[in-house]
Amino acid sequence: MSTSPPVPLRRSPALRTGLSIAAAISLYGVSFGALSTAAGMTLWQTVALSALLFSGASQFAFIGILASGGTGAAALGAATLLSGRNTIYAVQMKALLNPRGFKRLAAAQVTIDESAAVAMSAPDPVEQRRGFWGAGIACYLFWNLATVLGALLGDVIAEPEALGLDGAVVAAFLGLLWPRLKSLDAWALAVLAALVTTVTMPLLAPGVPVLAAAVVAVVWGLASKGVRA
Amino acid sequence: MSLWFWVLAACAAVYATKLLGYLVPQSWLKHPAVGRVSAMLTIGLLAALVAMNTFSAEQSVTIDARLGALLAAAVALLLRAPFILVVLVGAAAAAGIRALG
Repeated sequence: MSTSPPVPLRRSPALRTGLSIAAAISLYGVSFGALSTAAGMTLWQTVALSALLFSGASQFAFIGILASGGTGAAALGAATLLSGRNTIYAVQMKALLNPRGFKRLAAAQVTIDESAAVAMSAPDPVEQRRGFWGAGIACYLFWNLATVLGALLGDVIAEPEALGLDGAVVAAFLGLLWPRLKSLDAWALAVLAALVTTVTMPLLAPGVPVLAAAVVAVVWGLASKGVRA
Repeated sequence: MSLWFWVLAACAAVYATKLLGYLVPQSWLKHPAVGRVSAMLTIGLLAALVAMNTFSAEQSVTIDARLGALLAAAVALLLRAPFILVVLVGAAAAAGIRALG
């Protein structure tokens, strides 16, 4: 590990990555706000989901199930199941950052795909911390502002796809994975994990395929004893 | 009022899933296998997120403009483009393909 002093916060690559990924997801927040009110949630219920629940996929699942006539219990179940991967991120973040006290409670709230991905792809502990908190806090602020905008404006930007925002999200996650693909072993696992995810998507509830890929990765890690990737 | 109950219950349940991971004992994380598994888990999770965001459709799999965004982003990464440019290339590719198609 490098012992050179960390770059100043203003020029931190992890912080910049976190801010750009937060910008990329914010239009989805507008979309969520619009769809949530269309699904029959009040403004304050919509705001509560973004501020308190704060996990995009779980939020969309929650309102989606209610909108299609599902029960509150089904909506709660789907949102919780979808958040299962956040538990795995949290274990990873504890290993990297080990936040304590109030910081731990705050860290749990901003533990999502984006903050975990930025932290995991950062090269050293300082950048990992900046990446996690930078991405987590920026996503939290942008997402909540965007939710309120969407709930008030309605369907103005309910389809971020027209702007290619879904392509931006794909590119962002590939950009975070890329630096890790330095060996044949890493490539093989990445392709396998992507395959498992894709193949199980029609079979499992949304978000659960990521957990299936996580199981494959754990088995791979335990099996490749002593081999460094 | 009942809807409020489910909203707040879901908020509490999802927060619990996040907090749970931070309550794993520190001693578990010091085991040598954990570091190795953690490195593999990172690759597996990120690759899964790429695949999910590229191919997901409601309860099925689809090929659309997002695959074009993935390929365009890969080319940008091969050319050593900075992260923000990679993201913009992905957005432009998806929007461009949709505008043409």
